[in-house]
Amino acid sequence: MIFFNNLNRVALVLVATLFLGACATQQQATTKGDDAYTGTETVKFLADGVPDRVFFSTNKSELTSAASATLAKQAAYLKANPTLNVVLEGHADERGTREYNLALGQKRATAAKDFLVSNGVAASRIKVISYGKEKPVNPASNALAWSQNRRSVTVKTN
Amino acid sequence: MKFKILKIFAFLLFLSTKSFAVVSVDITRGNLDPLPISVSDFYLDAKLNDNIKKLQLESKISEIIKNNLSRSGLFFPLEKKSFIQVPEAAHNKPRFEDWAFIKTQVLVTGKISLEKEGRLRVEFKLWDVVSATELSALAFYTTPDNWRRISHMISDKIYERLTGEKGYFDSRIIYVSETGPKVDRKKRLAVMDQDGYGVKYLTLGNELVLTPRFSPTSQHVTYMSYFKNLPRVYLLNIETGLQDLVGDFPGMTFAPRFSPDGKKIIMSFAQEGNSDIYTMDIKTRVVERLTDHPAIDTSPSYSPDSSYICFNSDRSGGQQIYTMRSDGTNVKRISFGEGLYGTPVWSPRGDLIAFTKLYKNKFYIGVMRSDGSGERLLTENFYQEAPSWSPNGRVLVFYRETPADNTGKGGGAKLWSIDLTGYNERLIQTPTDASDPSWSGLLSTK
Repeated sequence: MIFFNNLNRVALVLVATLFLGACATQQQATTKGDDAYTGTETVKFLADGVPDRVFFSTNKSELTSAASATLAKQAAYLKANPTLNVVLEGHADERGTREYNLALGQKRATAAKDFLVSNGVAASRIKVISYGKEKPVNPASNALAWSQNRRSVTVKTN
Repeated sequence: MKFKILKIFAFLLFLSTKSFAVVSVDITRGNLDPLPISVSDFYLDAKLNDNIKKLQLESKISEIIKNNLSRSGLFFPLEKKSFIQVPEAAHNKPRFEDWAFIKTQVLVTGKISLEKEGRLRVEFKLWDVVSATELSALAFYTTPDNWRRISHMISDKIYERLTGEKGYFDSRIIYVSETGPKVDRKKRLAVMDQDGYGVKYLTLGNELVLTPRFSPTSQHVTYMSYFKNLPRVYLLNIETGLQDLVGDFPGMTFAPRFSPDGKKIIMSFAQEGNSDIYTMDIKTRVVERLTDHPAIDTSPSYSPDSSYICFNSDRSGGQQIYTMRSDGTNVKRISFGEGLYGTPVWSPRGDLIAFTKLYKNKFYIGVMRSDGSGERLLTENFYQEAPSWSPNGRVLVFYRETPADNTGKGGGAKLWSIDLTGYNERLIQTPTDASDPSWSGLLSTK
């Protein structure tokens, strides 16, 4: 009986250690500053090989190299389809105050717009709107969901 | 042995409460020993007609007063069933020894009668049981359907008499009602009494609405709406339902608040992706730009004398709190603790700025003096933000979100209040999920 109790305790300690370990890595990811999502879940396509969205690091609106590569494809696609107009929807994750997130979403979508414009897409074809944290694509409250929600999505309007 | 010690202890406690000849409540420290108070049912004048009697105002009014005082955390209302004296006798000539016997220090009694033309007369008296004296007496006249407001006004009078400070019970809270799944949330403006009663919905939920704020001087509200998919600041009269677009900005306007005189709206305008702070005079529509910086400047809030503004900026790298003169000069960073700071809002008393803080993945509601010193964190949680002050600057209302699970279910937002001491945290019941609360001024001073 005593032996059994001891075993139980060991298992508990193990679980606790694992849990703490998981917390520590998660925290590191959000404080380091380069935690932009790099996967393909949630991504849709404007056309074959042209992803519709780019992702950002926590509290950042600078384009990552992956984001620039995606936007270069979007620019080429938009130039090849000159009658197409788009709106860029900027978003933030739920781990920030609402008003700051509205500003941040605006900054992210504008960063994407500036890239498209400097790559030859007429500014008059692009509108920008921020939804802050109001329209998450992944409703979970974990680091993966937050990274998928920090995004600018290019949406065709005609 | 154990029993003996307990008996002596109880006796000492009794003595120490006895020694306060004049009742008063110190609201500046954490109230771990709230003042025992008895709110007697009011008594109905025998001449009242059956229609009025049916309303059972004699117990409903005392119930509201009791709940207000209890939720303030400063008072401990005793159970009605322990009362010895009946309402009418208590009101006309309280037998203080009966009330002292149940260990109450203060007694509230009242009488409801009918005046000419169907007007209600509600009279209350506040008694100091310890010194056996009447502290105050007052009568209110109103139409019978106004009984809730009368109850809140009486609560304010009691609070005022016993704490020496203005009350906050006769006030309302505007907020955003939330329904539906997180990825497709329906948001509507809603307004209610500060105790959560009388919820009214002001928008239908067809478009996203955010951050409503009460005018400190009128029944106007400024808020942000995505009407026609153009995110802009609006002005709404909640009595007439009329609303107006605020200004003619070629881009998103957000984070609105009124100036203390109610004549201007201060807000952010995002031009080419960069948010700066602007004001617009409601009557003249004159627009003034106050900040011009490539970083995000948002969440502005005036000091009560209008001479300063606190706001949120990430010009130093992360979100921090700044102050400036109301003409935009003399910008100073005031938050220097570890972590990020947002949503600064100036107390109506002028002494403190409430804020949201993010530190090590936790969110805090806190206060600091307007020079940034004396930071105090009142409450810690997974997510909470957007404090708004009660009209007397003693209580904050804010919203708190619970996390969703990994499938995205279970997350939700609720309104909470906490007093400045950080002790008295309370959930405010709302029919739906709720966020972005904003407290009105005192209705009775208008």
